[in-house]
Amino acid sequence: MRHTSAVLLVCLSLLGVSAAIEGGGKAMSVQVKQGQVRATPSFLGKVVVTLAYGDRVETLEEKDGWIRIVPPGKKAPGWMHSSALSQKRIVLKAGTKEADVAASTGELALAGKGFNADVEGEFKARNRDIDFTWIDRMQNMNVPPGKILAFVQEGKLIPAEGGGR
Amino acid sequence: MTRMRWTAAAALLLLAILGGTGCATLEEAAKVGTSVAKSKGVVTDDQAKSITKVTKAVAKTFEDITPEQEHYIGRSVGAVLVNRYKPYPNGPANDYLNLLGQTLAQASDRPETFGGYHFLILDSPEINAFAAPGGLIFVSRGMLRCCGSEDAVAAVLAHEIAHVQLRHGLQAIDKSRVTEALTTLGAEGAKSYGGQKLADLTKVFEGSISDVTSTLVNNGYSRGFEREADAAAVAILTRVGYDPKGLVAMLTEMEKNLKPGGLDFAKTHPSPRSRIDDIERQHAGGKAPAEVPARQARFRKGLGNI
Repeated sequence: MRHTSAVLLVCLSLLGVSAAIEGGGKAMSVQVKQGQVRATPSFLGKVVVTLAYGDRVETLEEKDGWIRIVPPGKKAPGWMHSSALSQKRIVLKAGTKEADVAASTGELALAGKGFNADVEGEFKARNRDIDFTWIDRMQNMNVPPGKILAFVQEGKLIPAEGGGR
Repeated sequence: MTRMRWTAAAALLLLAILGGTGCATLEEAAKVGTSVAKSKGVVTDDQAKSITKVTKAVAKTFEDITPEQEHYIGRSVGAVLVNRYKPYPNGPANDYLNLLGQTLAQASDRPETFGGYHFLILDSPEINAFAAPGGLIFVSRGMLRCCGSEDAVAAVLAHEIAHVQLRHGLQAIDKSRVTEALTTLGAEGAKSYGGQKLADLTKVFEGSISDVTSTLVNNGYSRGFEREADAAAVAILTRVGYDPKGLVAMLTEMEKNLKPGGLDFAKTHPSPRSRIDDIERQHAGGKAPAEVPARQARFRKGLGNI
């Protein structure tokens, strides 16, 4: 009988995990390489902290595609664009208890799973004629935020107050 | 329901959770487990159906390709394109394109991708532009020569950003490949794969890269996808403050320059005229956009000699 109760308890707690994700104050995962948290809900907002891929955040409110979140370690809240966040739990290591729970609910994305840097390496080894130099160079072409604002103002464009929706 | 049945159902659920390693495996396990449980009378028919349904929801589609995997697909698609068309290594011209492109990307519905949006000019007289999954965007010199203003270049870039936002590239990948890549590995994927698994996965990866590049270069997207991308481009342009008629102006110029039977946009896109008709039906048409002197000056400085 005690065994039955233990099984039920485990199942209920698993259901509880998914219920918490559905409800308010839900947890989300950073699904981009560099998750920038801003002081205001806009790309013009100052970046207060940068989170890593897979970091879990707690959501507070949503506004025009921006989500106010609490970074890990209960740091001061800030805003992230919703496209940088996933409902799925991104688990960095396979075989953990967390991975088992998330897999059962379909809310799992395993970081580094499937097409990853190793696969790219193997692809390069098989296709030596394909040069990645310019792809690496492209990915380092970053535009400082101040430059975008100046570009917008000079061109009499509309500053991205709310950003994308 | 008796306590016995609850226990059996709970145990079954737990078994599926702990025992399932891959999604196909999970689904199969649930099916087999469910039918066994059903035959033993521990779950009702309805419960059996619902257990199967829940696990089926985990089945794989392109939507299950994570942004991280999309990033790696896009890098290799981009590498194939740069290899084929060669980059145009002009610093100021590429800087201008990136500044304009990132301004537009921030106003899209998907401003953040795993590795961000980046733009590169290709040294080709063909009229072409490509968006690799994840945000690597390529525009040929031939295409930029069809643009008479910053608003027109913005229209080209907004259309490509829209393809990334709508994940059209990923949808060019054969569904069976997606299933293979995402299920054979199961949930128990590892950070680094062993020899055979890595070789298998790389084969699927190569196939996926070839699906996307052949769609971009040879076959083109469906007319429906192009129409969606044009509509999303108009939304982006309007948000940033560009005149969406820049898209019409660019297409009008392209219409004059495209050679029938050409291997570029002539082959992969609906005719400029039909795109203009679609855009004008959905959005306000009218005369060409008014020139903004500051925009025109920097456009000439960045791309005047393209």
